[in-house]
Amino acid sequence: MTAMQTQTEARPSETEPRPPGRRRRRLTVGTALVYFAAFFLALLWLVPFLWALSTSFKTETDASLGQPVRWIPPEWSLEGYRVLFERGDHVTWMVNSTVVSTIVTVLTLVLCVLAAYGFSRLDFPGKKVVYAVILAGIMVPPQALIIPLFDVVSSLKMVDTYWGLALPQVVAPVMIFILKRFFDAVPRDYEEAARLDGAGHLRTLWSVVLPLSGPILAAVGIFTFIGSWNNFLWPLLVANDPSIMTLPVGLGVVAGGYGLFYAQNMAAAVLGALPLLIVFMLFQKQIVKGVAGVGLK
Amino acid sequence: MTTDTEAPAAAPTAEQPPPTAARAPKRRSWLGLWFVLPFTAVYAVFMLWPMLLGLYYSFTDKSLTGRPVSWIGLDNWAEAFGDEKAWDSLWNTAWFTLLSTPPLVVLGLAFALLAHRARKLGWFLRLSFFAPFVIPVSVVTMVWVWMYQPAGGLFNHYLGEWGLGADHLWVFQEDSMASVVITTVWWTLGFNFLLYLAALQTIPAEVYEAADIDGANSLQKLWGITLPLLGRTTALVIVLQLIASLRIFDQYYLMAGGGMNLSPENVFIQYMYNSGFTGLRVGYASALSYILFFFILLVALVQFRLMSRKED
Repeated sequence: MTAMQTQTEARPSETEPRPPGRRRRRLTVGTALVYFAAFFLALLWLVPFLWALSTSFKTETDASLGQPVRWIPPEWSLEGYRVLFERGDHVTWMVNSTVVSTIVTVLTLVLCVLAAYGFSRLDFPGKKVVYAVILAGIMVPPQALIIPLFDVVSSLKMVDTYWGLALPQVVAPVMIFILKRFFDAVPRDYEEAARLDGAGHLRTLWSVVLPLSGPILAAVGIFTFIGSWNNFLWPLLVANDPSIMTLPVGLGVVAGGYGLFYAQNMAAAVLGALPLLIVFMLFQKQIVKGVAGVGLK
Repeated sequence: MTTDTEAPAAAPTAEQPPPTAARAPKRRSWLGLWFVLPFTAVYAVFMLWPMLLGLYYSFTDKSLTGRPVSWIGLDNWAEAFGDEKAWDSLWNTAWFTLLSTPPLVVLGLAFALLAHRARKLGWFLRLSFFAPFVIPVSVVTMVWVWMYQPAGGLFNHYLGEWGLGADHLWVFQEDSMASVVITTVWWTLGFNFLLYLAALQTIPAEVYEAADIDGANSLQKLWGITLPLLGRTTALVIVLQLIASLRIFDQYYLMAGGGMNLSPENVFIQYMYNSGFTGLRVGYASALSYILFFFILLVALVQFRLMSRKED
């Protein structure tokens, strides 16, 4: 019971908006204006998506410059998508992105959970120093490291490989910080019981602590996945061979060069946006909470 | 039920601390290291080592061509401080930061205030304001470059239709910085929006009820209660935004710097990137990296103080 309580407490932004209890729900001019403005802005924010979607279903002729702006394609066409799949590189990049982001997410979760548990529950010589050095890494902007990092990765012969793309992204000191703080708040009663039953630390972590950490693991996992999927600068440097490029780099460097075929371009954009939009729809609650947690913690 | 499960866990621990405590330190001491080691190893190879290596290279003439490295002392640093192009690119980064931070903070707050009141639209608003944030940067720039096309692009079409651009087309190759700023606001506003929305939801309703009794109107409540209570969130949003904006590279490179839209202007990371990978001068680029690092560190230290104050 205590564990359950702390778990909910540790979750960010559990505070749901209060039901407007005493205030009577009258439709005032002010409220109507607020709703109108909010709705209008939300529509405005969707314009780029809708325009890309609309263009992607046009024929190249209708999508070319100089044609009048028409939101509904005068002639529906899948030409853009067909050309895209025939060329095939989009699918390759999508596969690469999936592989790299999955490696990064799994490794980040495993390594950070182990380390955070170690820092939270175990004592060993030099612990404070190691933790301080790792925390200091939070302040290092990854962009400032790329030049020497490229040198390191190329001397490890990892240029144009999945490992070269993925491993440098696994270094996420902020995740250690977040997980350690969460583990610190998990009460130790259950663990003591498990250990008295003869369970080792790995077993305790796996069967006692992790089951209590669902929301935080989901948040770390989702954010790592999105961050890795959208990473641009590092993959731009380390993937020179188009067959190893991730989706953002392939779209930016190779597909950008196809230039004037806007239907095809927007088909690529729509398909490029789709995987993460789906991730966002599926995990909207966790994502919103995770972002909120940055501010509320 | 609850007491049943808690009792056995609590009782033995209370009785048995001496043996556990006595045995623990020795056995645990090396075990803990094994838990921490895998991450620390990756961290050392891909973070600590590059940092040290970069510092070393900044004092050498290290080149991507692979010729032998020789120590040249402070030459790179002296050159960087006298390099007009480096200063120009630093200025462009600062200019981007100055232009993008105010709208991203103010609009983030404004949208959150709207969404907080228009609660029935909550799901829809969060979707449309935050969805752009999860889209890869190259998708964002592909769509916006298409919308910015001088003749026939959506942007100019509506500017013309509403009589705003009748005499002047929006030419994004010329107005590249403003174009990048507008795109960035669309792309990343959702993050600040969510930070503010979450903070708004923690303000207890009682605070407003008291003001209602005193007969305060909405504007007075906004100025007198909401904004002051959001002070800390605003500080955090501004600092996070400054750090993000100072790192501008991706969208600028894709829209204004690379490929077909080549512009002579650089932002700082782009200049660093070009010096290292086009100019092959790793030593010089490393010195530039450390200059960038220094500026971001200044802002990050402020962030760190804000975060640790919250810890207390």
